[in-house]
Amino acid sequence: MTVVFYIAAAVAVVSTIMVITRTRALHALLYLVVSLTSVAVIFYTLGAPFVAALEIIIYAGAIIVLFVFTVMLLNIDPESERGERARVRPASWAGPVALALVLLVELAWAIGVNGPQVGARAVEAREVGISMYGPYAIGVELASTLLLAALIGARHLSHRVRETGLAPGEQTLAVDLAPGAPPRGVPPDEREGELAAVLGAPGADQGTGAPSDFGATVDETVGDERAERGDD
Amino acid sequence: MAHVPMDYGLYLAVALFLIGLVGVLVRRNLIFVLASIEIMLNAAGLAFVVAGSRWGQPDGQVMFIFVLAMAASEVAVGLALLLLFRRVFGSLDIDKASRMKG
Repeated sequence: MTVVFYIAAAVAVVSTIMVITRTRALHALLYLVVSLTSVAVIFYTLGAPFVAALEIIIYAGAIIVLFVFTVMLLNIDPESERGERARVRPASWAGPVALALVLLVELAWAIGVNGPQVGARAVEAREVGISMYGPYAIGVELASTLLLAALIGARHLSHRVRETGLAPGEQTLAVDLAPGAPPRGVPPDEREGELAAVLGAPGADQGTGAPSDFGATVDETVGDERAERGDD
Repeated sequence: MAHVPMDYGLYLAVALFLIGLVGVLVRRNLIFVLASIEIMLNAAGLAFVVAGSRWGQPDGQVMFIFVLAMAASEVAVGLALLLLFRRVFGSLDIDKASRMKG
């Protein structure tokens, strides 16, 4: 089990470095899944099986799915990826990495070496639950308030987007979010036709129409990408 | 169970936190900035769990669950803001929001 800890720690560090150096958002998110899963393994080896399960379910499950859905909704074009590659030059890594290394050395000095061992005994979910709903009950209440505030905040933000997005001739969020959204740069009237096709179709039509639209869009995007790569 | 010194767990937490910090400082794409913030929160939770494991007490894990709740609410609001940002500025480049008057 000790070896498992070191292997998982190495995987976590390497995959996390990969997360912040990728230019494609989806690749970075997949590396982030690897990083979070290896941290879950570390939790397990440290004798915390309950939070290891929570790490996989909530972080690698729910939060990453939220990220992936957002990336899909944004309909990111190759142009923005090239822009990111141009903006984040190799030289711009130097300052932050140097500062982080200084902090790493200082914290390593502060932590010291050869402290007490960890993971001597496993703390099961039962003890965590007793502690959480006993002495930490007020914390659970505060967490629920925080989650409610986040729910209302997220709903408020997306509601304002929809309200302001409905100006005539404007790109609306509904078009942005629609599965068959046309790429930016399509004239407004065509876009509105698309919007009507996606949103106006009631019930059964919507169910059958949307997937084929989606497939067509994906094919187009892939085709465009290949064409542009060929140009490069 | 693993028998590793507590320091190594804390070193790992520090390393992950600093990688996330570098990501926040360097990257200009809002998605990567949010992912880096998730990395930092996860590293903080790892430090809590390591410390709780040192004493064999459940308190560290309880704190990790609170960090988890906070990360979930942060990412929900953050991604809603990201959609709004894309709507207003037409891209995900945070340098476009460098002026207070958007």
